[in-house]
Amino acid sequence: MLKVNNISFGYHRDYWIFDEISLELKPGEVLGLYGSSGIGKTTFAKVVAGYLKADKGSIVVDGKTPLQKGRNPVQLIGQHPEKTINPRWLMKQVLKESGDFSAEFLQELGISQEWMQRYPSQLSGGELQRFCLARALVPETRYLIADEMTTMLDAITKAQIWETVLQLVEQHQLGMLVISHELSLLEKTCDRILDFQELSGGSSAF
Amino acid sequence: MTEAISKYWPLKRSGKRNRRKRALVFSGIAVALFLLLIASGFLIGQEGLRVNFDGAFSAPSLAHPFGTDWLGRDMFIRTVKGLALSFWVGLLAAFISAVIALLLSLLLLVNKTLDSLVTGLIDLFLAVPHIVSLILISFMLGGGLYGVVIAVALTHWPRLARLLRAEIMQIKNTEYIAVSRNLGKSWFWIAKHHILPHLIPQLAIGFILMFPHAILHEASITFLGFGLSSEQPAIGIILSEAMGYLSSGMWWLAVFPGLMLLLMVAVFDNLGRNLRKVFDPLKGQKQ
Repeated sequence: MLKVNNISFGYHRDYWIFDEISLELKPGEVLGLYGSSGIGKTTFAKVVAGYLKADKGSIVVDGKTPLQKGRNPVQLIGQHPEKTINPRWLMKQVLKESGDFSAEFLQELGISQEWMQRYPSQLSGGELQRFCLARALVPETRYLIADEMTTMLDAITKAQIWETVLQLVEQHQLGMLVISHELSLLEKTCDRILDFQELSGGSSAF
Repeated sequence: MTEAISKYWPLKRSGKRNRRKRALVFSGIAVALFLLLIASGFLIGQEGLRVNFDGAFSAPSLAHPFGTDWLGRDMFIRTVKGLALSFWVGLLAAFISAVIALLLSLLLLVNKTLDSLVTGLIDLFLAVPHIVSLILISFMLGGGLYGVVIAVALTHWPRLARLLRAEIMQIKNTEYIAVSRNLGKSWFWIAKHHILPHLIPQLAIGFILMFPHAILHEASITFLGFGLSSEQPAIGIILSEAMGYLSSGMWWLAVFPGLMLLLMVAVFDNLGRNLRKVFDPLKGQKQ
């Protein structure tokens, strides 16, 4: 169980980006988080994944707080894959950083073997996103946060990726938090949808 | 001017006018010159340095292209030997300096206190004129080859360290480092695999551009008498000896060694700048 207890985050002392947000994510559950642009969804995702430290509150993963050292069981997939990959590395080095992956697994995600010898600048955003996904999906990962994961993809690729991801989520019993401003996508993929504004105490935007 | 012309002259731009190729050719020539210098430093024997009072103070001639000094020693051989010595001193000092700069700038990753300590140290060293700290350190260590190398190494790292530190700071805040941290990699691993490869061009060019500084400073503290001892064939020694004979018309004693030192420094500076064009894609691909 991924428990988010009353977390708040802000860059200024008396202005919170979001204040006192709590939610619970069970393994195997796909939870949607909806909100319009600019209300702090991405910041929230970064705090939950441990990229940023919450000013108040705590995040408890399977009964313990994730440590700074070691692999975090909560992995984030962001909306700018090109930024999350070292531009000087070959794609095979990028995967190697996370671990070894079988050819079948990579094929499932639509990663072609010939991309391995390329640099990130020689692949498109959607192709890079598949690498980010593969990199996050290791056995140690228990919870996946997808922050506008497929916004840059065309409809067909989007459908393919979601199909694979949802299958993997069920297979490994991962908890998944899907963050998007696209309600139709959330309705299609999630078991349960929460409104970000409602969570942080505002009125519903549905 | 050439840029303005070449902009409207697309056909002539290709081939010969490529900066990267030209930079590579110049770097090749510079490296060849240095190899020649080092080789001749090794190969030329001690015969020309023998004391010969009959041939003292002879002006430049075919037998002695740079003339001879008051002991009848051949100035050409002294100059080549001096430059070769300067080369080794510069190499060693610049190398130690670059290593110090790299290690201190990497402390940024360890913690903030150490980093502010390093920043303070950089400011401290930059605030004191180079030559003053050079003389102090060299004098404290008793001069000689050892003193000069340590003094030059300890005074030339701050600029490079500041550059590298800024570079590390920029890389440290990228998203792929955050991902790497979340994948459980240690700062040591990140420094080795993510940060160091990014720093190598800066480090290599910083090292080569430090070289002319190191050589000039070695020559200047030797000239002032705080550096190498007078039996060593150093350019600084040659120049300070020549000072006494300038007024009596022995111009060749100072002019040729001085010119050669200038030439060596200019070639090194050129090598550094050209390598920057080769390494830096933005500068290199601009035609």
